[in-house]
Amino acid sequence: MSRYRRRRLVNRAMEVLATVAALVAVGVLAVVVISVARRGAGAVSWGFFTKPQALFGQPGGGIANALVGTALLVLLATAMALPVGVLSAIYLTEFARRSVAVPIQVVIDVLAGLPTIVIGIFVYALLVVGHTQSGYAGAFALAVIMLPLIARATQEVLLLVPDTLREASLALGVRRWRTVIGVILPSSVGGILTGTVLAVARAAGETAPLLFTSSIFANTVQTDVTKALPNIPVLIFTYSEQPDPALHQQAWAAALVLMAFVLLASLAAKALLARSRRKLAR
Amino acid sequence: MSAVPTSPLQATYHRLRGRFGDLSLLGLTLAAALACLVLVGAIVWKIVALAGPSFDRFGLGFVTARVWDPVKHVFGALPFIYGTAVSSLVALVIATPVAIAIGLYLSELAPRGVRGIVGSLVELLAAIPSVVLGLWGILVLGPFLAHHVEPWLHSTVGFIPLFGDPQQTGQGLFTAAVILTIMIVPIVASISRELFLGVPSDLEEGALALGATRWEMVRGVILPATRSGIAAAVILGLGRAVGEAIAVTQVIGGGTRIGWSLFPPADTLASKIASSYQGAGSGIETSSLLNLAAILLVLGLIANLIAQVIVRRFDPLRGAR
Repeated sequence: MSRYRRRRLVNRAMEVLATVAALVAVGVLAVVVISVARRGAGAVSWGFFTKPQALFGQPGGGIANALVGTALLVLLATAMALPVGVLSAIYLTEFARRSVAVPIQVVIDVLAGLPTIVIGIFVYALLVVGHTQSGYAGAFALAVIMLPLIARATQEVLLLVPDTLREASLALGVRRWRTVIGVILPSSVGGILTGTVLAVARAAGETAPLLFTSSIFANTVQTDVTKALPNIPVLIFTYSEQPDPALHQQAWAAALVLMAFVLLASLAAKALLARSRRKLAR
Repeated sequence: MSAVPTSPLQATYHRLRGRFGDLSLLGLTLAAALACLVLVGAIVWKIVALAGPSFDRFGLGFVTARVWDPVKHVFGALPFIYGTAVSSLVALVIATPVAIAIGLYLSELAPRGVRGIVGSLVELLAAIPSVVLGLWGILVLGPFLAHHVEPWLHSTVGFIPLFGDPQQTGQGLFTAAVILTIMIVPIVASISRELFLGVPSDLEEGALALGATRWEMVRGVILPATRSGIAAAVILGLGRAVGEAIAVTQVIGGGTRIGWSLFPPADTLASKIASSYQGAGSGIETSSLLNLAAILLVLGLIANLIAQVIVRRFDPLRGAR
């Protein structure tokens, strides 16, 4: 075989392998989505959303309590993480000198990379030991996970705001704080919003931070945040560990609901992000 | 600002108001940034402090002790360190080449129309909640591996001690490693795609113009130029695999066995912590769980810092997230 032909063959083989790798990844996504949808769809009905969990060992029931609880937890977590995340991003991009910004940035990235179970057990040690599990402890744990995501997304979009906009505003004699609030934030609000939606999608599916902080809950709809709030991820987790096929069915259905929410939210956020980036880049 | 100051008094008022606004915004944002620092400090401090009693009692021997017995109050981390190391390394060995291949496909091969779609699908794979992946792992993937893949591996390459007797349930290290692979491939793939796209096209075109095939261009130009970035991406993936608790807990089965075969049940540091959530009995058990968390924290910090140092020092792109 000539040298040239061998080189072309190797090249072709590598191209095929790379394509196959991409197909495998897409295939795995398809297999997971389809098997969750096929097994879960049967149990999803109107009652599944409106009825709370059945008592242990009894058939039927839904996830109403877990839906309400997850919504509350994520809402509270967003309320805690959004202001801190956005403000710290403003500090890093608008005020901090490089020598100050870099270490803070490193710490925020470290926070983003910490195992979520470690964050869960930290909040357990901080807020649960000596008290009881509670909705605010769970929300705080989720907020710790959302914070670096929101901060990073905000920073990225703030960096996209053209410096000419800042300079124009300052040259008109506008104060720094009014420049930030009146010029920079409005032009980056789309990016901040999409970053927040992505963080919400991530937090809604997180189980580990809630295991120690909001996992032992009643099977009734619960809005008192000083008690453990029922939530979908922990419900799926506990059901999946049970041998009962009826509970597995419920777990599949809950997983379908959760996955649909998370995937649609991520898709929507990414589409919006691409749009707001194009707008700013113009 | 809106109104032109007419009297000296008004001018002073405006100046003060502006200065007050500047200072309060600076103060607020600085406080938020400091809150992030305090938070990370508090996490480290709290976990180390609560691991203290266990550390005082077992010392550094905790890391090498093989027994975890809540009844006799004897605790050691070695089985979980073993489980974490094996599951993460196997996942990494499978995931790294696959992820780099996907990155290459997305940056060099895919036709324009396909590129965006496949790219977002790969990213969606990363968005699937780990508890959902774990549910699928325990009820679909595990039985499939146990009944088809493990017997096949055992009968064809069973002379390698890694592939021992297959399991009945499909709960074990191997299933956990496959689930971890699925979780880290999209992470490493999307970072490497960004890295590959950042290689100057002059260099790529230069190589092609010299008669290199596309693969030779990849091997000679793209991979060397992005080597450090890929290393950082792989370390980030490793950090993710080491820290993943939920999906691993669901599929790994639980146990303290240490051995060659990949198939039997085991536990990782993270899965041991997660599976003990329903309340550890004694204070020393809770403290020992926090000791496991402290080890996990140290591993996570090291992985992250190394990855960041690599990214910041060698990679002008800062594209890696």
